[in-house]
Order: sequence, then C-alpha cells, then structure tokens
Amino acid sequence: MKYIDEYRDAKLAKDIARQIAAAVDPARSYHFMEFCGGHTYAIARYGLEDLLPANVQMIHGPGCPVCVLPIGRIDAAIALAMRPEITLCTYGDLMRVPCSNGSSLLKARSAGADIRMVYSTLDSLSIAEAEPNRQVVFFAIGFETTTPPTALALRFAIAKDLPNFSIFSNHVLTPAAIQSILENSDARTLGNIKIDGLLGPAHVSTVIGTQAFEVLAEEFDTPIVVAGFEPLDVIYSILMLVRQVNDGIHKVENQYIRAVTNLGSEKAKREVANVFELRDSFEWRGLGAMPHSALGLRPKYAKYDAEKRFDMVTPAAQDNPACECGAILRGVKKPSDCKLFDKVCTPDSPMGSCMVSSEGACAAHWIYGRFRGPGKADESSRTTA
Amino acid sequence: MCLALPVQVMELLPDNMAKVTLDGVLKVISIALVEDVTPGDYLILHVGYALAKLDTEEAERTLALIREATLGGPA
Repeated sequence: MKYIDEYRDAKLAKDIARQIAAAVDPARSYHFMEFCGGHTYAIARYGLEDLLPANVQMIHGPGCPVCVLPIGRIDAAIALAMRPEITLCTYGDLMRVPCSNGSSLLKARSAGADIRMVYSTLDSLSIAEAEPNRQVVFFAIGFETTTPPTALALRFAIAKDLPNFSIFSNHVLTPAAIQSILENSDARTLGNIKIDGLLGPAHVSTVIGTQAFEVLAEEFDTPIVVAGFEPLDVIYSILMLVRQVNDGIHKVENQYIRAVTNLGSEKAKREVANVFELRDSFEWRGLGAMPHSALGLRPKYAKYDAEKRFDMVTPAAQDNPACECGAILRGVKKPSDCKLFDKVCTPDSPMGSCMVSSEGACAAHWIYGRFRGPGKADESSRTTA
Repeated sequence: MCLALPVQVMELLPDNMAKVTLDGVLKVISIALVEDVTPGDYLILHVGYALAKLDTEEAERTLALIREATLGGPA
C-alpha cells in the first residue's frame, strides 16, 4: 500500500539497527518511552525490540485512550444506556473493556441496552437523524486525533437541527499525560529506570503540531522525537533519540515530516476550541487525577452535553486488584509481570483494559511477544518503584 | 484506536465529503478538517475524517534520509 509498504523494509530496518548499535555508548543504558499505543503495537508486531542493542530499552507508555479511561466512566455510560430512551454509540475498542460487576458495554448490550458500535461520529449523527424519537448519545473517547471529529459532529448536529443528539466527552490531552509522567518522580525513575527520551505521538501531532511538546522537552531535559507508526519510522526515531542523548541535547525533532508540521492543523484546533474547554481535573487509569488533562463541552453547548442533560454520575470504581494495568500504563511493570497475563487475562477474555485494544501493551505483547525466546526484554531488570 | 491510514482522494463530493481509495477499497469520508483538497492528494484518514494531508515530497525525503543514514555504516 502506497506510503505504508515503503516504511516496512526489513533490510533497511536492520541497517538502521546496526547504526543504533554503532552509535550507543556501551557504558550507559538508554530507556525510551513510546507514549502512543500505535508505537507499542508497531514495536511488538515487527519485533523491533529484538533489533535493538541490549542497553536500549523501550518502555510502553499510557498512550492508548481505551487503556487510560477509568472504569467508572464506562459504568456511568452503561447506567445511561440502560435507560429505555437512550441509544449509546461508541467506537468498537470500548465495547469489551471490563468494568464493575463483571460487566462491559458488550454485556450491557446483551442485557438489553441499546448500544451501537460506530466507525465514525458521522454514523452516530445518521442514527440520530434516522431515529428522532431516540436520545442518541455519542460516548466520545480519545486523544487529540478523535477530538476534532467529535467537535465537528456537534457542529453538524446543530446545523442539522438534531436536538436528540448529545456527547459524553472523555477526550484527554497528550501533553498533560506526558508532563505527569515526566514530573512524577516515581514514574520518571520507574523503579531503577529513568526515561532518557520519548517517542512522541504521530497522529496526535498532525492536529497539535510538534510545538505542543517543546516546553516539555525543555522543562524536563528530555529529548522527544515525533515518530510515524511504521517500523522504519519507529526504529529511525530511536536512532534520533540515541543521537540526542549522546550529544547531551533535548529538543523536539520531527521524524514524521510527511504528515506533521510544527503548528499542526489550525482548522482542527479551531473546531476543538469552539466546542471544548479544559476540565479542572480528570481521572486517568494508572495515572490518577490530573489537572487540565481532559476536555468537556463549553457551557454554551450544555444541552448537547450528556453529563449535564442526563445528570450522569461517575461512580468511584475500583480496578480488579490483581490487575496490573495501572503499573503497566506507567511503565513500572511489563505485561508478563502481571500474574493474570496469559492465564485468566487474554484478548478473548480480557480482565484489564491493556488487554482489550490491539494498541494496549498487554494485547500487543500477548499477540506478538509472548512466544519470543528469553530475549533481552525478559532479562531487563525493570523493578517496581 | 489511533489507527490512521494514508488514503488517496478519488473525487470531491458536496458538503466537504470526498470519495477516497484505500488500496482499492472505496470509502466516503469527511474532509472538513483539511484545507485545499484536490483529487490525487493523499490524506491521513482517522475515524471517518481526514486529519491531515500527506506531503508526498516529504515522504520521499524521509525515505532518502533513512537510506542515507544506513550508507557507510558497519556491515
């Protein structure tokens, strides 16, 4: 496929790996966090960790929106969907996330709730248009990539005069999460491991641009390379990070120049700013409550805000105490460190959110990594803080 | 969730929509978030919306840079 296959050239990837091996200082170690689930997926699928020298370790970050959503928000959505007049629409990734009392959106649907999986916000608008007697709620989730489509959906709903459409916003912000990881000493040192650099988000950056990360690279003396999701993009970006670390510099570099600019998309940012405002605080799974880390609808759109319109309450909900998703999202533990992994927790029957989405660290490792030999990833001395 | 793919624009449609091809699979998407789209352009498609235009010259430049970086390295 054009602009995909060229970036999957195995020989070139191995050549870059040799460049990395030649560039690294054998006397030190390099710990890089890939923030995005898309990178986690690419690293697992193409076995990129096996190409890296033993002293270059990748730490899987929290950049999967399904994984970082606390289960209380899904509980709230299910409670809403159980109301007879409500049709709840959401992206497929959310359907199987386990929540309280052994439930999930999929199970709630089996129990009679009208929950529909959509590919796009445009589909949920079509449902609202076709079924004016239903209250259609779009369960919105995602980072900066999925927020502009939600904002546009609201604008279209107003233009089409669809009073039966509303949004349950769970949109979260990448820079806030990166800041939390870098400034939290427990997370930053991750036991005995320090984060030496970050692979910055690819498609998030098409919207917010590389400039969104400049203050973070500077404030935390951490190099950030915005990297595409194909294997050559990822491994070349790791080489760029190694070079920055070696040179003692910490700036934002853009490897994904074919889609990302410094400023991002002014049009998308404008649409988002029109509809959304910062929440004072928002709970993230694994990272806790973070100030100004999520978006809610502006008060002028209150009648399209499902939380206000239907008096939604987010219950305090506890994750399964045996599930290590929280520690895995912070990079403190690996999927194989969780005692549920590959026993009671598999993609067919996930116990935690990291096993649900293909971009979750556990699912990626289960599908592509669990039969790898006792390679260097398993020999790493990552310890709990 | 953040999966986004390059697609090529086949035809512009009313209301900021476009027909695109994804390796031969046709799809109608919204182009309301990007400016100045013309047939033949490559777009990054995510959840039914084009997020950005793919710059084909920069795409070639990235590959050239990667190939260059691997020249003269250790065998």
